[in-house]
Amino acid sequence: MSNLAVSVENISKKYRIGAKEAKSETFVEAMMKLVKAPVTNFRKLQNLSNFSKDDEMDVIWALKDVSFDVKLGESIAIIGNNGAGKSTLLKILSKITDPTAGSVVIKGKISSLLEVGTGFHPDLTGRENVYLNGTILGMKKTEIDRKFDEIVEFSGVSKFIETQVKRYSSGMRVRLAFAVAAFLEPDILIIDEVLAVGDLDFQRKCIGKMDEVAKSGRTVLFVSHNMAAVRNLCQRGVMLVNGMVNYVGDINDAVNLYEKNLNTSELVNPNLFPLLARGDYAIQMNSLRSRVINSSAGASLYVEFELEAKENFSILGVCFFIRTTDGQLITKLLFKMADLYIKDFNGKKSFVLVSENINHYLAAGEYFYSVHIDIPRAAQLIKADNLAKFIVPGYDAYGFGTFFESSKHGIVPVPIKLDEV
Amino acid sequence: MPSSEIVDTDMKDHSYVTIIKPKKGWQVVDVKELFRYRDLLLFFVYRDIKVLYKQTVLGFAWALINPVFNMLVFNFIGKMGRLAPGNIPYLPFLYVGLIPWTYFSNSVNMSSQSLISSSQILTKVYFPRLVIPLTSVISKLVDFAISFTVLIVLFIVYHNQLSINLNICFLPLLIILMIIAAAGMGLWFSAMAIQYRDIKYAITFLTQILFFLTPIMYPISKFDSFSPVFKFIYSLYPMAGIEEGFRACLLGIGPMPWDLLLIGTASSIIIFVTGAFYFARMEKVFADVA
Repeated sequence: MSNLAVSVENISKKYRIGAKEAKSETFVEAMMKLVKAPVTNFRKLQNLSNFSKDDEMDVIWALKDVSFDVKLGESIAIIGNNGAGKSTLLKILSKITDPTAGSVVIKGKISSLLEVGTGFHPDLTGRENVYLNGTILGMKKTEIDRKFDEIVEFSGVSKFIETQVKRYSSGMRVRLAFAVAAFLEPDILIIDEVLAVGDLDFQRKCIGKMDEVAKSGRTVLFVSHNMAAVRNLCQRGVMLVNGMVNYVGDINDAVNLYEKNLNTSELVNPNLFPLLARGDYAIQMNSLRSRVINSSAGASLYVEFELEAKENFSILGVCFFIRTTDGQLITKLLFKMADLYIKDFNGKKSFVLVSENINHYLAAGEYFYSVHIDIPRAAQLIKADNLAKFIVPGYDAYGFGTFFESSKHGIVPVPIKLDEV
Repeated sequence: MPSSEIVDTDMKDHSYVTIIKPKKGWQVVDVKELFRYRDLLLFFVYRDIKVLYKQTVLGFAWALINPVFNMLVFNFIGKMGRLAPGNIPYLPFLYVGLIPWTYFSNSVNMSSQSLISSSQILTKVYFPRLVIPLTSVISKLVDFAISFTVLIVLFIVYHNQLSINLNICFLPLLIILMIIAAAGMGLWFSAMAIQYRDIKYAITFLTQILFFLTPIMYPISKFDSFSPVFKFIYSLYPMAGIEEGFRACLLGIGPMPWDLLLIGTASSIIIFVTGAFYFARMEKVFADVA
């Protein structure tokens, strides 16, 4: 492996998901369960890290036989839907968690950025946090001493460097955190979507820095949902589907495949997504799909989902979000605003969210949508975030034969006319 | 049994090769790697000290309030229960006992909780996890050092009944032993506590029991009439020797208890080494169970 920086071989990772407990039917049974509770609890806690052969029921393979190579100096993107195993893969590569099987050989010094500002302490000053965060990321004190001025200058918060970080705005905090990370000098850099932070100006600066890192001959592994950034920064892509490698190869092919996959706009096997049973609530989303139906009046969006519950829910709230493909929030409809409630739910039922004539309100183009199911004011049960896209067809909003398109004209065709006063 | 399977080899051309494989069974602590991260330990300790008494009115005085008030209360209880030794003023006797005990119980407590309170970092970035409990054990030394100021005051007040003797030269040895004992317990408990949150409750309870078993309110001579078997088992508890040693050092009560200290040192080192092994064994699941 002379020219390989990273070689991943048959990596698998098992996790345990909470299996539902058997309910006791009699008082005696309930008492017995209470007495046995310490033993069962101990087994359960022990099983968090131990996997015996006989209980494959509540085990999930977050990754299964993942193999690929990264050449020296190459930038590679890891793409896939939420829950495809991208983050788990990065955690294994950055030694945070152990694989269940397989091996990885890494040649060179590796740094990973799964989050910016890890370990920032609000009571410490900006200067102190630069040192703290830098050493957490694996830098030596002397190294930070040397780069300190550059880091502060890049962050643009030099005026406040002696101020406690808790007095910072969230934007300032993120900028300082990214600045520390930007001055890491590993041979291999692992990055997980840290770009989606800060204002537009700073984002541009970050992408510029990343580009610089990638072009300086370092090896970069990059996870993102931002396909434009991925295409721009990486030469090759690894596409993960349900914890398995679906495609490895040229970045454009990988992105096309990923987008094609999104356009079918249906979850292949939603039960593998971690958006299901949260905590003690036994409810899951079996499917989620969208359709856009054209008529002479306009195009309407239909989002259908099927819910299945093992217990009764007296009330559920549905939230619906629309985002642009680069992640900008357009619409956030909460159940209490738009009266999106499901009452007395149990068993299995399908629902449909209808947005009539959506192309009168939104420019033609592609959008992501999210559906959340909550217990109002109590808990979030299901988060199906940006899993699928829908396409709004063109609409002649102003009646002069021009389609209003998101790529050319913006997102919202607001009403307008010109009068003399 | 496979040996350590995350191998970082410092090659001659300063390039590293890391091999990641599933780790099974017992692991050896990677001391070299720990040394590479010494600056991190430094900054974690610095952070702990810096934020310790932030936004408090009394600040570092809190490091004194705990042992001083304990001393006053125990003075009352000890005299009631006739626990005080006859040959020495009781207040300095109590205070010298409380200094190592306060350090020991606080640092065991804090290091046991340390991994849980750092779970946010554990799941986001890799560094030798051992740094975390060690940070607690080291940063608690600040309180320990501060608590000596009251001792100086007590020396001035009782100057005609107390005298400094040569045994004080052994104080650094006792402090090192005290740190090793606390760190050993901290390693064991922190690695357990992240998976089994029972440890948190058990430790409150354990420190309470240990407090009464430790010769703080009474001299160890109270156990003189007990069976030799009991005395041997008791001497395995490192704080027994440490307490007596502190008094021999600082107050000149009797000779240094070398027999107790020798056994205590052996058991501390055993607890520390096994603790480090247990920690290294459990380390791989920290991020998954945190």
